[in-house]
Amino acid sequence: MVGLATVFGAGGGTSSYKEIEETDIILLWGSNAREAHPIYFHHLMQGLQNGARMYAVDPRRTSSSKFADLWLGLELGSDVALANTVANYIITNDLHNKDFIAHSTTGFDAFVESVREYTLERGEELTGVPAAAIAEMARAYATAETAQILWTLGITEHHNAVDNVLSLCNLALLTGHIGKWGSGLVPLRGQNNVQGGGDMGALPNKLPGFQDVSDPDHRAKFEAVYGRPIPPDEGLHLTLMFEAMERGEIIAAYVIGENPADSEADIAHARKLLRGLELLVVQDIFLTRTAELADVVLPASVGWAECDGTVTSSERRVQRVRAAVTPPGQAHHDQDILRDLAHRMGYPEWGDPTPEDLWEELRHLSPMHAGMTYQRLEDESGLQWPCPDIDHPGSPFLHGWLWEDDLGGRAGAPFSAVVAQGPKEELTVEFPLRLTTGRALDSFNTGVQSGAMNSPIRYGNALDMNPVDVARLNLADGETVRVSSPRGSVTMPIRVQPDIPVGLTFTTYHFPELVDINLLTNDAWDKRSGTAEFKAASIRVEKLVSA
Amino acid sequence: MTVLEPRSTETLVSLTIDGRPVTVAAGQTVLDACSAAGVDTPTLCYAENLTPVNACRVCVVEHEGSRTLIPSCSRKAEEGMEIKTNSERVRHSRKMVLEFLGSGVDMSQATQLHSWMEEYGADPSRYGPDAERINEPVKIQDDLYIRDYDKCVLCYKCVEACGDDAQLTFAIAVSGRGFGARISTEYDVTLPDSACVYCGNCVGVCPTGAIQFKTEFDLRQAEQWKPEEQTITQTICSYCGVGCNLEMHVQDNTIVKVTSPSDHSVTHGHLCIKGRFGWTYVQPTINRK
Amino acid sequence: MTDLHLTTDRATQVEMAAIDAAIDACGLDAVVVNEGERLVRGGIHRANERRHGLLPALHALHNVSGWISHGGVNYIAERLGVPPAEGFGVASFYEMFRMEDPGHINDVVHVCVDAACQIAGADGVIVNLQAQGSTVHRSPCLGQCERAPATFTQGNQGRPDFVEADAVAVEGRIIPQQGQPQLRLLRRMGETNPESLDDYVAYGGFKALAEAFRLGAEGVLAELETAALKGRGGAAFPTAVKWRGVLGAGGDQKWVVVNADESEPGTFKDRHIMELDPFAIVEAATIAGFVTGARKGFIYIRGEYPLATRRLQNAIDSARAAGFLGERIAGSSLGFELEIRRGAGAYICGEETALFESLEGFRGEPRQKPPFPTTHGLFKQPTVINNPETLINALQILEHGGAAYSQIGTSGSTGTRLFCLSGHVQVPGLYEAPHGVTLGEIIELAGGAVGNLRTVLLGGAAGSFVGVDMLDLPLTFEDSRARGASLGSGVVKLFNDTTNFPAVVARIAEFFRNESCGQCVPCRIGVVRQHELVIKSAGRSMNGEREILHDIDLAMKDASICGLGHTAATAVLSAIDLGLIGA
Repeated sequence: MVGLATVFGAGGGTSSYKEIEETDIILLWGSNAREAHPIYFHHLMQGLQNGARMYAVDPRRTSSSKFADLWLGLELGSDVALANTVANYIITNDLHNKDFIAHSTTGFDAFVESVREYTLERGEELTGVPAAAIAEMARAYATAETAQILWTLGITEHHNAVDNVLSLCNLALLTGHIGKWGSGLVPLRGQNNVQGGGDMGALPNKLPGFQDVSDPDHRAKFEAVYGRPIPPDEGLHLTLMFEAMERGEIIAAYVIGENPADSEADIAHARKLLRGLELLVVQDIFLTRTAELADVVLPASVGWAECDGTVTSSERRVQRVRAAVTPPGQAHHDQDILRDLAHRMGYPEWGDPTPEDLWEELRHLSPMHAGMTYQRLEDESGLQWPCPDIDHPGSPFLHGWLWEDDLGGRAGAPFSAVVAQGPKEELTVEFPLRLTTGRALDSFNTGVQSGAMNSPIRYGNALDMNPVDVARLNLADGETVRVSSPRGSVTMPIRVQPDIPVGLTFTTYHFPELVDINLLTNDAWDKRSGTAEFKAASIRVEKLVSA
Repeated sequence: MTVLEPRSTETLVSLTIDGRPVTVAAGQTVLDACSAAGVDTPTLCYAENLTPVNACRVCVVEHEGSRTLIPSCSRKAEEGMEIKTNSERVRHSRKMVLEFLGSGVDMSQATQLHSWMEEYGADPSRYGPDAERINEPVKIQDDLYIRDYDKCVLCYKCVEACGDDAQLTFAIAVSGRGFGARISTEYDVTLPDSACVYCGNCVGVCPTGAIQFKTEFDLRQAEQWKPEEQTITQTICSYCGVGCNLEMHVQDNTIVKVTSPSDHSVTHGHLCIKGRFGWTYVQPTINRK
Repeated sequence: MTDLHLTTDRATQVEMAAIDAAIDACGLDAVVVNEGERLVRGGIHRANERRHGLLPALHALHNVSGWISHGGVNYIAERLGVPPAEGFGVASFYEMFRMEDPGHINDVVHVCVDAACQIAGADGVIVNLQAQGSTVHRSPCLGQCERAPATFTQGNQGRPDFVEADAVAVEGRIIPQQGQPQLRLLRRMGETNPESLDDYVAYGGFKALAEAFRLGAEGVLAELETAALKGRGGAAFPTAVKWRGVLGAGGDQKWVVVNADESEPGTFKDRHIMELDPFAIVEAATIAGFVTGARKGFIYIRGEYPLATRRLQNAIDSARAAGFLGERIAGSSLGFELEIRRGAGAYICGEETALFESLEGFRGEPRQKPPFPTTHGLFKQPTVINNPETLINALQILEHGGAAYSQIGTSGSTGTRLFCLSGHVQVPGLYEAPHGVTLGEIIELAGGAVGNLRTVLLGGAAGSFVGVDMLDLPLTFEDSRARGASLGSGVVKLFNDTTNFPAVVARIAEFFRNESCGQCVPCRIGVVRQHELVIKSAGRSMNGEREILHDIDLAMKDASICGLGHTAATAVLSAIDLGLIGA
């Protein structure tokens, strides 16, 4: 969200799902949507059937990549280098949209300088992708009537995540593929309310509706309703919180619906810090590994099936969730637990608000939600923000102001000069293979939810390796091996997978109870987004000494 | 005169349905025009989230000037068409289609067809007890769904949902020919051995119970399937950020199946394995401490 | 379509080589191309573009293995991007493809069991062949009624398909009217070497193409309009209207398709044209391309016609070598190419839209019309589709002028017509006569009936039985329609009073039951119920069955998707009306 917000002022995907059905060129970049976002992929496949051409950029030839006209298997972590090479090719071949650049952007000249060194030859060297293929993709993207770039965690789970996003934003600014129907920049969100969490102000520097906590006018508006002063300082994101724990500055944590004891990179370290807290309160629907470490566990109800409320999707569509079943035993709705807590802490004025009451408060504080009543969300199958008033139909795409004569009174969107850096962790003789992680179709995150389903297509946890690497290490398909990174080691079976390039390995993180894969991953993180580099660690694979 | 929400810039087409003038947007079908005229048309292979295949022929209507009846589901409305929906010819063909199906296929769970059969006077018994039937055993190959092709009317919906119209997985196709045509994986391998990814979109579109959620099948076997006692609650799937709409079918505070509204712009009624089956953990009986 | 899942079955080397050769011959490279370790070309579009290679690949696989093996389907899936379930579904649609390992490597002898062969002792042939240890398959009409009982042998282990009778039919006259001066469509048959382009040119070949170039597209259409040529496939649609529709249709890519999937029981005229005058089809298809703007044509030919296939391929190759196909044809600016595709045993694929589906690599299931082929034909693009007989009439028109052509026959049915005489007739075979010749006259031309004529099946299995009171029927579109009959594909099949009509009619009902594609309910189930009722009432007078059969007929006529269902009850009901059964 940080990258898009930096360039365009709003941290949301720009386009509606319907638009991918009508676009001409698709760059699917660091996303295996076929498995991670299957229903979005339906819209994408409709686009392909309607004639769109797709270029897939991914270190792995994923199931999504197989739908692409061309798969470009770049070296893990060379995304900026590829994007800059594409940009340089577009500029040097005079394929950029000069009118758009002059009218709607800033910083073009410096940007041109910044990508000058990224010639096709240099790009091929840095990314491993043949120069002709880079040129083909660049030309297709630049000359298309409409084009979209889609990405997921392959872009954002890197130590230079924000740079990655900025480099993709540059391509849209270069070609004008932004701010109009069918064109745009679409980050696909991993959970049903990643977008909504940000919308609601669950960011260290934002109030609900992406209003800056540092802005006194914004604070004043909220203070008037909350009846309390709001601290003007930015808070900490998750990674900084762990650093603060390490320094002893954070001694207590209240964790709601998150399982950092399984999901953080370099997990052994994270667990140690959680154990060292003076107080850990966990509010969750399961007794997760994090909950096992807690001093107090508050059983919660399932947000989407046992509670009322709203969530926001990757197309900024705010939709209602509703209680279908009543929660078991002592489990309570999150907002009721918070209410009870507030009452016991001496705030009876908290009252007993319903989810709709809470939403009404939000609606009056967040201008981009102002037009969304519960009734409208019900009647109109959700609404896409911004929706500033009750007659506003919602916004299918963002940043149309880029095409307005006066730019809607704004400054142009800035190009960003971005320097390519590989993964933090270099390959060494000791750790000569790359490990990357991702999702499988029938599983989700750390598996606490999806694990209950008896999926006939689950193949469990295995390390995917190219046959060449398997042969070199004298291994066999299915053999259990030791996998080590500078941070730890695990044992797990391997799976021969011809679709993965030599030197790269892949596994999912869905089965921490079987394989603690985040013992291996790198917690080097991006200072701006707080996202750790789950996508690139260096590892060694060894034969187990036969028993 | 009835106007069916023509989108603003589109041209309109005027026709008559049983003598009543109707106007629809260009590109809409005769079936849409019938709906606009308030005429209820039986359909079986038609679904709003699938491309019409006009295979079942139960929606046929009479079109002035056409030698044969025309399928209303796929035929685009044309200016000046004169359509009859209740003529002797129309009633005869609809009756025969329903009668044919009843004579060869187990339609016990296709409850919507029962009232149409009554309305059109279909009498499958007149072909006698020896009339050939589909006769297929139930296939139970996993915990998520079952296939009971004795109930299959070959409407092609599951094939479309698995293939071109949604999933592009193509785990199943029509095989064989004529009365011997069946929905099948390659060489009838089991679903777990096939390309199936268990999105359940075939189940979602099946009109006769030929493909069925295992939960529903088990409850039916135990005579515990009580649709009249079920509630349906719409909510949003939690497994990724796409925001798929789920319809939770709940019986006795227990989730018994999940569907999605076919008219919703996000899913068009289609889900993935996580949305369709990933609710297991919510059940109080499982895993919640 | 692209993230394929395959079972563990693998093709043999022989299977892979055969499949590769067939797909290469279609000009198709692999669907997934590794252009480097980090660069792969693939995707939906490449898979869609290669789907039409499926049927040729299945033929090749079947020819080397004797069945559609699992490994073979998987290999085809990898080469073309066709999902295995789809490959299986398509293959299992066709009569000529065995879907289970037969456990032996014998050739398969297909023995025709349809009417002409049925009354000529097909059952005895089957018994004899089986006694000799042959593997026999009971086949629908093989298009050789003039030499009933007919067989066709399907090769195995790479051996070619063949028709035994082709090897011996060299003595005497090739066709009964051979060499007669009034012949137009048949004039070259038996007179020229069908494998010699020089013979064809010496006998007036490619004059029509030259005339077409001289007249231009509009000029050709004007001649066709003056000639009032109508299609000979059964629907009698004006050819000029069809061609003009394609010429006027939008889009860069247009197609010519020659519908040579002659499968109407009793019909063998197109087989004769392809075997004995194949260059005429090449010339006429080229003219169709010239007039309509199509630059590529396919000839979709019955799988059971090996000699016709060979001779047509020879004609195409020779014509290309001589500059009559390819770029700059005969020194003009016209470019046109022709490619042969074989059917695999499905009557329904003679229906034009089913043929398109089959050619595109899908199950041969007809499409609902409209839209029509002129705008949405092959690959959903504008397509002119004609059968060989219709096409070679265009040559006549260009050589002699539309006005002269229109003087032949009647005003409603111009030109001459080919008639396929078989059954209880003295000299079975292919005859040409002007439209308007009476049924009795054409029978006399063939030497009259054998025995005491009881009925004639006119127009094929989709036509109807007519009584001897109809011998005065002028064979024209208009007269046959007026008297409730149809010329169909020119079938004139005679039955004398010794015929076992319950068996013949039951076989016709069984034919439709076997050949219904199964797509639409009225036909899929209607033909089954019809067959059951015909069998049930065999040898006795009809009770309630007659009413039910009429109910079935009406529903199939009114509500079926295509002509197969529309006509599936016609012959059965006419047999009842004539008292051949159920009396």
